[in-house]
Amino acid sequence: MAGKAVLTGTHFINGDEACCEGALAAGCRFFAGYPITPATEVAERMSRRLPQVGGVFVQMEDEIASMAAILGGSWGGAKSMTSTSGPGYSLMLENIGLGLCTETPCVVCNVQRAGPSTGLPTLVGQGDMMQARWGSHGVYEVIAVAPASPQEMFDFTIKAFNLSEEFRLPVTILADEVVGHMNERVVIPPANEIAVIDRLKPTVPKESYLPYQPGPHGVAPMANVGDGYYMHVTGLTHDERGYPGMDAATQEQMTARLRDKILGNLDRILDFETVMLDDAEVAVVAYGISARSARGAVLAAREQGIKVGLVKLNVVWPFPEQFIRELSAKVKAMIMPEINLGQMVLELERVAAGRCAVELVAHPGGGIITPDRIIAAAQAALEEKP
Amino acid sequence: MSAKASPAPQPAHPQDELLRTDRIPHIWCSGCGIGIAFGSLMAAINKCDTPRDDITVVSGIGCTGRLAGYIHLDSFHTTHGRAIPFATGLHLTRPQNKVIVASGDGDLLAIGGNHFIHAARRNVDLTVICVNNFNYGMTGGQLAPSTPFGAKTTTTPKGSPDEPFNFCALAAACGATYVARWTALHIRRLTTAISEAMDKRGFSFVEVIAPCPTAFGRRNKIRRPLDLLKLYYDRSVVKNHLAPGEATIDFDHKLVTGKFVDIERPTYLDQYDMVNRGELEAWPATGVDASASGQRKAG
Repeated sequence: MAGKAVLTGTHFINGDEACCEGALAAGCRFFAGYPITPATEVAERMSRRLPQVGGVFVQMEDEIASMAAILGGSWGGAKSMTSTSGPGYSLMLENIGLGLCTETPCVVCNVQRAGPSTGLPTLVGQGDMMQARWGSHGVYEVIAVAPASPQEMFDFTIKAFNLSEEFRLPVTILADEVVGHMNERVVIPPANEIAVIDRLKPTVPKESYLPYQPGPHGVAPMANVGDGYYMHVTGLTHDERGYPGMDAATQEQMTARLRDKILGNLDRILDFETVMLDDAEVAVVAYGISARSARGAVLAAREQGIKVGLVKLNVVWPFPEQFIRELSAKVKAMIMPEINLGQMVLELERVAAGRCAVELVAHPGGGIITPDRIIAAAQAALEEKP
Repeated sequence: MSAKASPAPQPAHPQDELLRTDRIPHIWCSGCGIGIAFGSLMAAINKCDTPRDDITVVSGIGCTGRLAGYIHLDSFHTTHGRAIPFATGLHLTRPQNKVIVASGDGDLLAIGGNHFIHAARRNVDLTVICVNNFNYGMTGGQLAPSTPFGAKTTTTPKGSPDEPFNFCALAAACGATYVARWTALHIRRLTTAISEAMDKRGFSFVEVIAPCPTAFGRRNKIRRPLDLLKLYYDRSVVKNHLAPGEATIDFDHKLVTGKFVDIERPTYLDQYDMVNRGELEAWPATGVDASASGQRKAG
């Protein structure tokens, strides 16, 4: 049954399948999941591939259990993952909160479909962007990546695992139905060319180990079950020993750590690309499948002489505030195309703070945003009197 | 005031090694039965040959859920109802560990009921200890899936209209390989049961009938801890190997205790490994006669 974890070569596969191969290349050896359109193909391929590389796949009774299981799997020492779509993601948010609070590395792939509720199971949406940021209760920071192609489903899944291991938290892949189901060329490099980050383990004597004492970059080294550290891990507010502390001071200390390990490492986390932005009068800021529409729109608009550029957000959370703030002082307008009725555009508006116009090109879900709508929005923005 | 003499060093209790003594005092009320169940668990762990590094305790939320915070092992206090799926993931990635789930009746069998039945069905190799105190103690004494019909709680002020679960019957029906129920006064039998459950391969289940004088007893006019414990003990009968469906908890007649199930069944990982080794050729093993149904021909 031995098989290769890294299928080096050129493949013609869909985004869900590419996500699996990225996970395996990053070292994922445990998957717990529950079928849901349009993410089922992730679970299906994992069920076939994981036993080939000595890993374990389990289909749980629901998404709540799936998320709980991958947290347990991560503490057991295996890089762990689940995949789902909106309705399942809603159920997972409870234990994503536990993962954030207990600083448990793992990856959740949300192949977004149109909602609310059961919505359009087979059709695209980008309506879970704010849910990924704020959906679990309480005070915390998150990391989420947004792939725009099957190749990026491979690349960003590796990135998601690396970020989760380095910063000890559940990282969400905010994919979407089109990216998940689209078949394209995916190039998988040789294993020795793939950078893989593993969680930092404690090196101190067992007696002096503090499971939540910030280490390098503000992240605490993590012992696995069986390492003999006898750590206590709780979703209650806890101190550096991992012990519950039912007071405001402990809450402040813990939430500061959860915040600072993300916001203090933006240089290591943020990732965006720019296209023809240097002389742009209008910047299209986009992510996921809508970034592909935006790229097409920018290239076409340039041919028409419209000075428009693109910012493609590869990491959507945390939001690249400083870059967008500086950009807002240079351009006349920023345009956000997204398959919802305005979510990430709120971040754009907040950060631009009136320095430039901010326009939303919205689609409620079920289809993608076509480049002509983005071009029209750019033209309209340039025609606006200042 | 004169300077106090330094206190004489306390002799170590044999179970201190398993306690996070820096977390004592615990939060449990006087008269609570969880401490007894905890003591039995520690005694069973002390008797167990498995290295301490390879024993993990997972709990959910509630009074019993706090148990994980007092045991000096790798220990996890998870979300409400989700201890079993968390433990499942831990077990599947580290099968050499003995994973013990210890939680309350509300946690394991109301909010966590779906996880309980599916883990038992899959026969995941876990030891599940359920401290049943007939109510939600942590939140002040509300209706639980175990609350007897007619008993008062803060959300059933005139008595519970609900029919309670028989957890042992449920566990057995779902495929548990070991099922036992003892009260908090059957300490030696309880310790033995936890030991046997830990040694058992597969999903093993031990129910501990425990007093909650503060929240449950008080509302039912049994305020003294010992009176509540004696009620449970006096009404209990020991009926080992009784069909779990007949092992009822009926305070007007009999509260049946005993070991009801002790069987062998392949675990989830046994079967997972078997199918992935390719040892199953097809399902159904007896094959299907396709000719009997008449094959449709292209017209």
